[in-house]
Amino acid sequence: MRVGVVTFPGSLDDRDAQRAVRLAGGTPVPLWHAAHDLEGVEAIVLPGGFSYGDYLRCGAIAAHSPIMAEVIDAANGGMPVLGICNGFQILVEAHLLPGGLIRNDHGDFICRDQRLRVESASTAWTNGFQQGQEITIPLKNGEGGFLADAETLARLEGEGQVVFRYLDVNPNGSVNDIAGIANAGGNVVGLMPHPEHATEPGFGPDTRDAMRSGIDGLTFFTSVLRQTVLA
Amino acid sequence: MPTIVVEVMPKAELLDPQGKAIAGALHRLGHTGFSGVRQGKRFELTVDGPVDDALLAEVRTIAEDMLANTVIEDVVAVHSEELETVTAGETH
Repeated sequence: MRVGVVTFPGSLDDRDAQRAVRLAGGTPVPLWHAAHDLEGVEAIVLPGGFSYGDYLRCGAIAAHSPIMAEVIDAANGGMPVLGICNGFQILVEAHLLPGGLIRNDHGDFICRDQRLRVESASTAWTNGFQQGQEITIPLKNGEGGFLADAETLARLEGEGQVVFRYLDVNPNGSVNDIAGIANAGGNVVGLMPHPEHATEPGFGPDTRDAMRSGIDGLTFFTSVLRQTVLA
Repeated sequence: MPTIVVEVMPKAELLDPQGKAIAGALHRLGHTGFSGVRQGKRFELTVDGPVDDALLAEVRTIAEDMLANTVIEDVVAVHSEELETVTAGETH
């Protein structure tokens, strides 16, 4: 099954996302921001990085790039789309997800292994988790403070669209400790932490068993493979 | 060359971490007369021809759709150097 990973000017984690797809058993398909072609993929990852150097606002210019017309159509048609970090910022700027992301409340860039609780296991990208499962994946951002107006927030909480919540510490001032959200259909998911960096033993977060052995992020990618096989 | 200026500010009710950092630095430098700083953006759109109402309306649309993210920011002013200042509030 083919999973597209879009590379924008300034994307950094596109190859990590491709590797994660491969480790999960899928076929990664590199997609280019300037093309109007999804090359027949069945799911899409918008990777982390600093597209357009974070000019204007994080993700704002990438959200208007040519391929986003096709990504938005596909997402509205039910195709699974995952936005990681800068990809999450692109999804909110493209209005595929509600709310906004602002500079971390403490003003610092933060990089740490972050514990999260999976609040929804009924999205395309989390169906392999248990509801309430606690996972650890890396977090690295300067503008990860999620916010939304009261009405939007109530809808996200009420409709089960909060997918991940920060545990132990709120690293950026996100409202309600929200680390990731989904659209109403559950096919579009965005989060600030990086599942693609926790997919291969030896290169992930530390666990109680061994240093760098954490692969909690792999389930994102096995989930979407399972989802598309079932669909 | 006529220029249309767009000014954008973070929403008043939201924390502005950049402004907060600037306020802290001012205080450390001994400028203690300021209780707060907020940082926004000013865009200057240069126009080849004359600035008319249609162009200003187009810029207001651009301002709301792209130059600002109205979830986190407000367009506080759109004006031409040659025309009277028109604030976003007066046009709606």
